[in-house]
This record gives sequence, C-alpha cells and structure tokens, in this order.
Amino acid sequence: MNINITILWSSIAFFIFTWSCWYFIWPPLVNAIRTRQQTIADGIENAETAARDLAQAEQQADEIMRNARHEAQTILDQARSQATSMVEAAKTEAREEGERLKAAGVAEIEQEANRIREALRSDVAALAVQGAEKILETNIDGDKHRELLEKLAAEL
Amino acid sequence: MATGEVTSAEYIEHHLSNLTYGRMPDGTWQFAQNPAEAAEMGFWAIHVDSFAWSLGLGVLFLLIFGIVGRRATSGVPGMFQCAIEMIVEMIEEIARDIFTYKNDYVAPMAVTVFVWVFLMNLMDLVPVDWIPHLATMLGVHYMRIVPTTDVNVTMGMALFVFAMILFFSIWKKGIGGFLAELSFHPFPKFLAPLNFVLEGITLLTKPLSLGLRLFGNLYAGELIFVLICLLFSGGIVLTLSGVVLQWAWAAFHVLIITLQAFIFSILTVVYMSQAYDTGEDH
Repeated sequence: MNINITILWSSIAFFIFTWSCWYFIWPPLVNAIRTRQQTIADGIENAETAARDLAQAEQQADEIMRNARHEAQTILDQARSQATSMVEAAKTEAREEGERLKAAGVAEIEQEANRIREALRSDVAALAVQGAEKILETNIDGDKHRELLEKLAAEL
Repeated sequence: MATGEVTSAEYIEHHLSNLTYGRMPDGTWQFAQNPAEAAEMGFWAIHVDSFAWSLGLGVLFLLIFGIVGRRATSGVPGMFQCAIEMIVEMIEEIARDIFTYKNDYVAPMAVTVFVWVFLMNLMDLVPVDWIPHLATMLGVHYMRIVPTTDVNVTMGMALFVFAMILFFSIWKKGIGGFLAELSFHPFPKFLAPLNFVLEGITLLTKPLSLGLRLFGNLYAGELIFVLICLLFSGGIVLTLSGVVLQWAWAAFHVLIITLQAFIFSILTVVYMSQAYDTGEDH
C-alpha cells in the first residue's frame, strides 16, 4: 500500500484515454447514432403521414362508392319508370290501332252490305217486274210503273 | 492454492503486494523482491503490474470502441455495435442531464471512465490465483491484476478529475470568482476564513472520496476473494463451501464492479458540472 509515482502515471494515462476517446472514437460513433435516430424519426413520421393519407383515401373511396351506388339507383329507377311508360304507350297505341282497324273493318262490312243491298234492291225490282209480267202476261211499261217499283225497292 | 509451505498470512500478503520497480537504497534500479524492499523504494517506484494492466485495459477499450466507431453505420447496427452504442447512449444521456453546459469533452470522458473502470474492476472476477500463478511460473513473483485495487491508480484518476475541477472552475469563474465561491459561501462575508477552510475541505473531499471509494470497494472485494481461496487448502467440506462462497461473492461482485464504475463516472460529471456552475442561476 505504497503511494508512489504510479499515481502520476495513472493521471497521465487517464488524460490520454479520455482525450483519445473524445478525439478519435466519439465523433463517428455519436454521428452514426444521431443519423440513425434522425432516420428512425423520419420513418415514424412518414408512416404516420401515410396512415393519415390512407384514412383520407379510404374516406374518399367510401364517398365515391356511396355516390356511385346512389347514382346507379337513380338510373335504375329512371329506367324502370321509362320502361313502364313505354309499355303503357305501346299498349295505348296498340289499342288505338286495333280500334282503328276494327272501325275500318266495320265500315268495309257496312259498305259491302250496302252494295249487296243495292244489288239486291235492283234485282228485286227486276224480279218483281218479271213476276208481275208473268202474272199479267204483259209487259209492264217500266216508265209507267217506275214510281211504284222504286217505292217497292225502298221498302226492302 | 496455498501450498503447504506458505502460511495464510504470507498467501494474503503475496496477493496484496504489487510488482514494484524502483531504486533500491543502494542506488540500483530493480524489481522489489519483497514488500519491505518495495516500501524502501519510496515515492519514485512504480507499480508495474497495476499500471500495465490499467494501460492494457484502457487500450483495449480504445481499440474496441475505436473499431466499432470506425465501422459504425447509421443503418441497421450489428449486435456488437448495438451493445457499444447502448453503453455510449446510456452514459451520454445521463451526462447530458447532469452537465447542461456546452463542453464536448465531458460526455466522452464519462464513457471512457465508465468503461475503463468497469474493465479494470472486471479483472476482479478472474479467479485470484490464475494469473499470479502463471506469472510465478514465468518468474514474476508479484502480480496484481486488478488495477483499481491499487490506491495509486484510483487516486491518480481522482487527482486528474481534481485538476479538471480546478481548471474549469478557474476558467469559468476566474481566480477571483473561484476564491470568492470558496470564501463567501455558507456564512456571511466577514467569516471568510472560516468559509474558506470549510469549502476548501469540501473541495479536497471530492477527489479523495472519489478515489478512495473505488479503491476501498475493490480492495475489500479482492481481499474477500483471497480469503475464500484460503478455504480451498482445507478439507473437502471447506473446499465445497469455498466453491459456493466464491460463486456467491462473484455474482454479488458483478453488481459492485458495475455500480462503482458507474458512480465514478457519474460523480466525475457531477464535479465538472459544479465547476462550471457560476451560481448565477440561483
């Protein structure tokens, strides 16, 4: 347990070691640590920004989806009502066309009936004259009896 | 491993004697052959063993940290770099909390002190007979491998800390300011001599307690290891209990050596901070 010159040498060694650490070892080591800390901090910040952006994008996508769905519904409703109205219009048109055709048919039938009636009328007049000639064995002067014949025909 | 011819007292004394190189009273320079000769060599002798081990461990620290520092990447660190950086960051953070002034030297000094003292203390966990026995076989009779059990080493470090306290105090406050701090502090100014004595003692206590605390803890620890080793020369029961005690004390000592290294380094930072403190903020 002697105090001797070792004490002084230890002091000098202490100084040299601390100085060496400060001069040679400290700068690169601390620099690496600081740079990494910065990198990690940046990374965390970027991740937070990305998460925020993602949430925002999801919200936007949701909105777009909702709008699209709404629009599709509107289009569907419109189409349905349009289809209904088209069907209605077609039905009406068909009915009208049918009625028109029916009316035309009826008119044609009537016309035919009239024509036939006219023909019959004239035939009846001729037959009646013939019948009467047979009965009377004489010619009936058509002019003389025209009035009578016409009256007869009109009664048919 | 006390042999039959060596008494317990001799064994202990052998383990507590440094390898001393110095000038004998007859004028020749040589290694001391026994403690009495070492004592005769006086102040100009040097403890070759503790000084060499402390230098070697300091260089080891510089090499390890230097290599890691050179290869340090700011990318993903390897396991070893991570471990080194954890030590650096832990000490640096504490040092920055305590020492808030602008001085780039204090944090690296704190890390150096912590690792260096820790490495020196760590030698205490090497079984006490291994290296001395090896040295004896090589013809070196005394070999203490734990530098911090040598009061010269611990006090040498503490004295350098003391020199830095004085240097920074005078640099920051001027000689007048420093003397004023010592003279005007606890009591009013007219009691300046009393203040000066009190504050002077406080100042001197700093390096003394710093060096002797480390020395005392490690010296006592080593002495207990030596005493436990004495058990190995007893019977089977004593040997077995020695094994258990050796293990238990080593496990406990792991805490002590880390704690003492930490205390030494943090107290150094605290003293630097006090030296910088001009008292303006309170």
